Order: sequence, then C-alpha cells, then structure tokens
Amino acid sequence: MKLNSPLQVYKYLPQINCAECGEATCMAFASHLIDRSKKLDDCPPLLKDEFKKKYMELQTLLAPEIHEVTIGKGEHARKIGGDDVLYRHQLTFFNPTAFAYDVWDTMAETELVERINKISNFRKFYVGKFLKVDMVAVRCVSGDALKFANTVKKVAETTKLPLVLCSFDPAALKAALEVVKDKNPLIYAATEKNWGEVAELALNYKVPVVLFSPDLDKLKSLALTFREMGIKDLVLDPGSYPQGVQLKGSFERFIKLRRAGIKEGQKDIAFPIMAVPLNAWLVYKDAVTASYWETVLASVFTVRYGDIMILHSLEPYAVLPEVHLRDTIYTDPRTPVKVAPGVNEVGSPAKDSPVIVTTNFALTYYTVESDLSSNKINCYLAAVDTDGIGVEAAVAGGQLTAAKIKDTFQKAGFEFKDKTSHNALILPGLAARLQGDVEDVTGLRVMIGPPDSGRIPGWMEKNWPPKPK
Amino acid sequence: MTKKIKLSELGSLLGGEIQALEGVKIEGDVEIDLGQAGLNPQMAYALGHETAQVAIHLMNISRILGYPVDQMLGATAAPKRLTKLIESRFSAGKIEDWKTPIQEVVLGATSSDGGTRKSTVTLGGETALPYYFDGPMPHRNHITMDVFDMPINMAKAVKSNYEDVINSPAEWAKKVVRDFGADMVTIHLISTDPNIKDTSPAQAAKTVEEVLQAVDVPIVIGGSGNPEKDPAVLEKAAEVAEGERCLLASASLNLDYARIAEAAKKYNHVVLSWTQLEINAQKELNRKLMKQCGVARENILMDPTTAALGYGLDYAYTNMERIRLAGLSGDTELNFPMSSGTTNAWGARESWMVSSPLKEDSDWGPREYRGPIWEIVTGLTLSLAGNDLFMMMHPTAVQVLKEITQTLYGGKETEPVNIDNWISAVI
Repeated sequence: MKLNSPLQVYKYLPQINCAECGEATCMAFASHLIDRSKKLDDCPPLLKDEFKKKYMELQTLLAPEIHEVTIGKGEHARKIGGDDVLYRHQLTFFNPTAFAYDVWDTMAETELVERINKISNFRKFYVGKFLKVDMVAVRCVSGDALKFANTVKKVAETTKLPLVLCSFDPAALKAALEVVKDKNPLIYAATEKNWGEVAELALNYKVPVVLFSPDLDKLKSLALTFREMGIKDLVLDPGSYPQGVQLKGSFERFIKLRRAGIKEGQKDIAFPIMAVPLNAWLVYKDAVTASYWETVLASVFTVRYGDIMILHSLEPYAVLPEVHLRDTIYTDPRTPVKVAPGVNEVGSPAKDSPVIVTTNFALTYYTVESDLSSNKINCYLAAVDTDGIGVEAAVAGGQLTAAKIKDTFQKAGFEFKDKTSHNALILPGLAARLQGDVEDVTGLRVMIGPPDSGRIPGWMEKNWPPKPK
Repeated sequence: MTKKIKLSELGSLLGGEIQALEGVKIEGDVEIDLGQAGLNPQMAYALGHETAQVAIHLMNISRILGYPVDQMLGATAAPKRLTKLIESRFSAGKIEDWKTPIQEVVLGATSSDGGTRKSTVTLGGETALPYYFDGPMPHRNHITMDVFDMPINMAKAVKSNYEDVINSPAEWAKKVVRDFGADMVTIHLISTDPNIKDTSPAQAAKTVEEVLQAVDVPIVIGGSGNPEKDPAVLEKAAEVAEGERCLLASASLNLDYARIAEAAKKYNHVVLSWTQLEINAQKELNRKLMKQCGVARENILMDPTTAALGYGLDYAYTNMERIRLAGLSGDTELNFPMSSGTTNAWGARESWMVSSPLKEDSDWGPREYRGPIWEIVTGLTLSLAGNDLFMMMHPTAVQVLKEITQTLYGGKETEPVNIDNWISAVI
C-alpha cells in the first residue's frame, strides 16, 4: 500500500470521531486500516456521497501491492495474493497459499468422485481450527474438449470447492467454461502461443487467468498485454522446474517477481504467483519419492512467495506437512497464538492422576501437552487464560495469578474433591513464586513442578504421588 | 442525470449518417455500454464491425459537444483486442542493504592446524539470504548427525536405524558418517545429567575421545542441557579434544557461559551461543561472549532454537530470518552462522504417533513416512531463513535435506526437464 502511517490515512477520513466503526477515534481507525484489521467500508460516513472522492482515493492508496484475485464463488471462494511485505514479521502475509489438488479427464468416474471427496473432506485439527485444502485442479489429459468439459461438469457436481481448469488448448478451456461459467474458475493457462484466444475467454467469461512462461520478459509481456486488454485478475506461473539448476532458476524467478512487485512497485507484474510442485512427478516415478519431493517443492514455494499451487499427492505424509507449513508461514505474527482456556484430559486421568497448570499460549500448551502424552502421563492439564503469553512472562506481567488459576478451574466446573483423591495441583517451575498465593486462594495443596515440562517424567518419579504432610 | 445508451438502440434511433445534433445536452455521467461484444471502437471500426460506425458517430457527437469521451473511455477501460504481444523486458534489482557478510567459522582442524581431522567444515560467509542471486553463498549447508552416550527413547522410525550401535557411541558415530553421509557428528553427553545417570565429566570425556578416534570428521560436543552440570562436562570434554575445533554445545544465559567460553579459548574450540527464540537475548549473549569473555568472532556459532513444524516453527523461522536480515544489514552482534536442532521435529506427535488421537482428523497414514518428512520440512524451512548447520537424526531426512539445499545452493547438475506439457502428464 502507498500509505504507511496512520496520520497519512487520517487526512482522508471524515475526522469526526463518530465511533461508528467501533474505534473511538478516526486516528485509531486509520491505524487499523494500515494494519489491515479494518476495511474502508467499516466507516459509514466515508460511504456517503460527500466523501466519495476521498473513499476512491483511499481505496487506491490502501490497495495491497500484490493484486488480490478471487477464485470461485460463494462460501468456498478463495482469495489469493494481496501481500504488502516480503517478510512476515514486517506485517503478516495475507491469503494463505491456496492448495489445488489435481484430477484429470481420463479418470474413471468412481475413481474421480472418490478423489474429489478425499480432497474436499481432508481436515486436520490444529490450535482450535481445522486445516483444510482449497481447490480442485482439473487437467485435460485426453486432448478432447468434450471429454474435458464432461469431467469438469462431474467435478462441479461433486464439490463446491473452486476449480482450476487446466489446458493449453483454448477450445478445451472454452468447452469447460461453458459448463462452469457461473463458478468463477481460474483458467490455466495463457502462453506465448495461445494467449489471444485465452484472453478472449477471460474477457468473455470474466474469469481469472494464469499466464505461463518461464521467461520473465515474456511473462511480463503477457501481463502487460492482458492488462492493456482490461483483464485484471491475473496469476503468474514462472515455471516450477522440479530439479537441478532449473529449480534454482525457478526459485530465483519467484523472488524476483515478488521483489519487483512489493519493493520496486512494478505494478505490471504485481500479481499472485503460481507454483506447480506436481512437476516432481515428471521426474520421480516411485510414489513415495515423488510425494516426498513434491512436498519439498511445496515447502520451498510456500515459504517463498507461492500464492497458489497445484499438487498431486494426497498421501497424508505429504498433505499434513504442507498444510502445517502453510499455517506456519501465514499465521499472523502480531497476535500470540492461543488455545482455549480450560481443563483438559491428557490420556485417561483417574482420581490419583496429577493436575498440572500451564498457560494458554499455544506453543507452551502444546509443548507441555506433548511432553505429557508422549511420556504416557495420564493427567489433567489446565490452560489458564494468560492472553496467550508464556509462563515466565505471564507471571512477571500479572497475566498468570492465583485468581486466574482458581477461575480456570471454576469455569471448567472442575471440583478437586470429586475429580481427585489428592486435592493438589502442580504449578510450573517458572511460576514457583505464586505458590503461597495459590494455596491461600484455592485452599489446595500446591506443588512446584520443573521449569521445563520435558523434565516432568523425572519429577514425577521423585514427587508423585504426593507424600502425606 | 445518468443515462445509459445501448448502441443498438442508438443505431436505430439515429439511422443513417448524422452531421450534427441540435438541442442535445449531455449532462452528468454518460456511460457507453458496449455490451458483451465490447470492442475498442477504432479497432472494431477497422474490422468493419456493425455497431462500430455507431460508436464512432457517438464519440464524434460527444467531442463536438465538448464532452471528454476519450478520457471517459480510458477510465471505464473498455476491453481492447490486441493482435500482438506488447514487447517488454523484466528486471529486478539487488538489495542494497546487504553489505555485511556473515562471519565465516571453521569447524574441525586438520594436522596442519593442530588437530587430527581429515577434513574441516566452513560455515557462513553469506552476503544475501540463502540461495538468493544478490550475492555469493560461498559454503553449502552441512549436516551433523546425533549420537548419544547411552540408549535413549527414539521414535520407532529413527530407532530402527541405530539398534545395532545404540550401546556404542563410537560405532554409532562411524555408522552415520560411513552409511548416512553425515558431514559431522554430534556426541550428546546426556548421561551426565544428575537426573539421568550423573556420569562424571571425566567419564564423559572418555566417550568424546572414543568418538574422535572413531571418525575423522569435525564433531559437536553436546552436554545434557543441565545448566549446573554442563559447564564442568564441556570443560573436561574441551580439554581432551584440545586443538580439534569442536563445537561446544552450548553456552546460554542460564548457565555459567563464561566457563564454557574460557574452555573454548583455552583448548581452541568454537562456542555455540544458544538462546530461546528471542533475538534480543541472542544479541546479548553474543555480545557477552565477545566483549566480556573475549571469544573471537570466528569462534562463535548461534543456535536461536528450533521448534518443530506445528509446534512453534513460525517463531523459530521468523526469529532466524530476522537475525539473518539484521546481520546482513550490519548488526555485527548477529552476523554469525546458525545451527538448528532439527531433530526437535521428532517431538511433534505427527512425526511419531501411530494415528491421530482425534477422530475428526483425516487419516494420518503410516507414521514411518510421516516422521522423516516432518524433520525435512522443519529443516528446509529454517534453511530458507538462513540456517547453516543442521543437527539431524533420520538418514532419509538427511539425504532429502541435502538434496534440496544443495540444489538451491547450485551444486546439482541434472538433465533438463521439459515442463511445458505438465498438464497432460500421465501420473
């Protein structure tokens, strides 16, 4: 975006502090526009006619450096692109890389439906949400436009996920577009050879389109030409070679394109970038090797600027790390990652099992939880709401207190007298100084655990069950 | 007033040729809706399109009346058809801020330098983010494989590779170098922990000597992580390994780092400066090692902490990337090579658990394949943030990480692959 301070944005706002946006002042609203946690349309006065000009100006000035492209329609529609920075700590990355898994038009129908369902049903629970995959890419392998269109029809009937229609033959793309013209699919791809006809399709069907060329001069030519024709929703595929110096070349092209778009303000190529890790299958025939290498390519281009990618392997050992890495890179670094506060069971706790306290900082919580579960320690683990701050800092900052700890058990309806035979809880070693307070507030016996949850097993051997006083 | 005129209507309205329109006022916004056909008027006219003549007439009328038709057309961006690609050249500049190279650090010493290693490993020297075109990356990434001084709990997929050597650190070390292509070996002296076996520093030092004799690559000497015991253990180990330029792991703010720094100086080793996901703590410890303890720059390596994929890798990644960017941009308290305890990936339940504990999850598939890729992706992600040295555990993970990091480094020549027809590939 062209503006980078709240003061610059403020100049364009009504400056009446009406608070209709939910912020007390226009200045506060301005800072949320800068960090993109609020939208222009959240300001009702700005939508009035008298502010129309300012609204339009702001819209241009606040537009992300990388153009945002929407694929699909309705609740499953996905946006890609929209980034403003080269490194996530500078703000955050927006619109996580869209993962499109392939199907093809020579598949038998039962096989096709089964694969589509596998794609749309994939889910992995993580920090309070499900990680999922996003799209289905339909490849024209047959070379037969009608067959391709029929497959696309079947895919659209089977899933609501957005589609990527893949063929270099404009006739095949046209046939498929006829079938799903109301679904805003992404079409792949315009090249140096077919661009005229593909541009025609993008204009007539008003769909986003991928431009493909490993030659960045040509890719830019294509982008300039399409823009000149009024086609704005472009995605760039600079070629994802699967190995060797060619792969190094692909890596460089991704970086150059994104750097030019964000750092150098080259609007002509400031579009989302597509990677095709599926190309791993062009060199590896063994399914495990190909899946591994595809995951490796997906990882490289998830970290470095791939906004959408086409993948093949649906093996869990490929998809699981892919969705986790995407979450890693796109998690907003400005907000601490939290888990829901409460008292959770680890394993199958009984009355003589320990009750352990930690914070709701996701990293702390999951570390403790995995230390306990991997050592097969059955227990209750309480996540105290510390606003997602770790133990040491939360004790120092007052987010982890005796009152908060008591509150956590109360809200969870956890009665020590019913659930335990020992009436004791264990504080993290780094919260040792809360011992007296917690004893006073809860009336429980309070034990001090080790400073590192990795040492809980050793600690348990020496200290559990608690010796009678 | 907003008036929308369809060209077709206008055509029938106006009929033949029009010289002028009298008494016509065009007020407010005028929109020329070219409809689905949507042609650039001039272009279409040239092509003899039926409605084109009408469009040209309309524009002429408007021009005569002083209405800015051309601007308006530009603003509404009526689609044009082009018959030729617009010629263009693409270029992207280099990053000017990256003027400070990362410190070069040599691990291991050959006989000419007072050690007994056959080879040494040089880390650092980068002048850009890893694998970027902005500046040369003089040294590839290296991998040191873990060896423990006692049998430990390991994920099944890992353990199956080491069952024959689990009771002999020397044999274990030989195996990772000979069979798995380790560039270096890390001997973890975990049995010295008072909570484990409380092995004496002298006894632990014997293990280090055995490993040094068993292999001729540079080694890393790791303590147990017990802050009270580690300084004494590493001190003794440093003494018996004098002159070998081992990496002493680790000095940290929560133990007597000065004692470890002193041992490194006295016996010619390199210090691993370990902090926990905190860039400012890393600066502080590096500064203390240099200023307070007098450790030379070429004897410092950093471990800013590795959290596994799904277990804080976002922090580890960004922390490393920030450290590397700060170093390249001139922060001389942070421009050191980095090391990652990539083995931590095996702490993620996804890497070792038989199946998901949650019934809502899709099938996790066989864990034998999940574990190594978890280690690979954890390491690969950090390699892109700037990590130089990887401490690893699974042989397959080591092979794959080597392959991709060396490919991006530029050291892999392969047959060119044609990707032009990937769409129709039969997979």
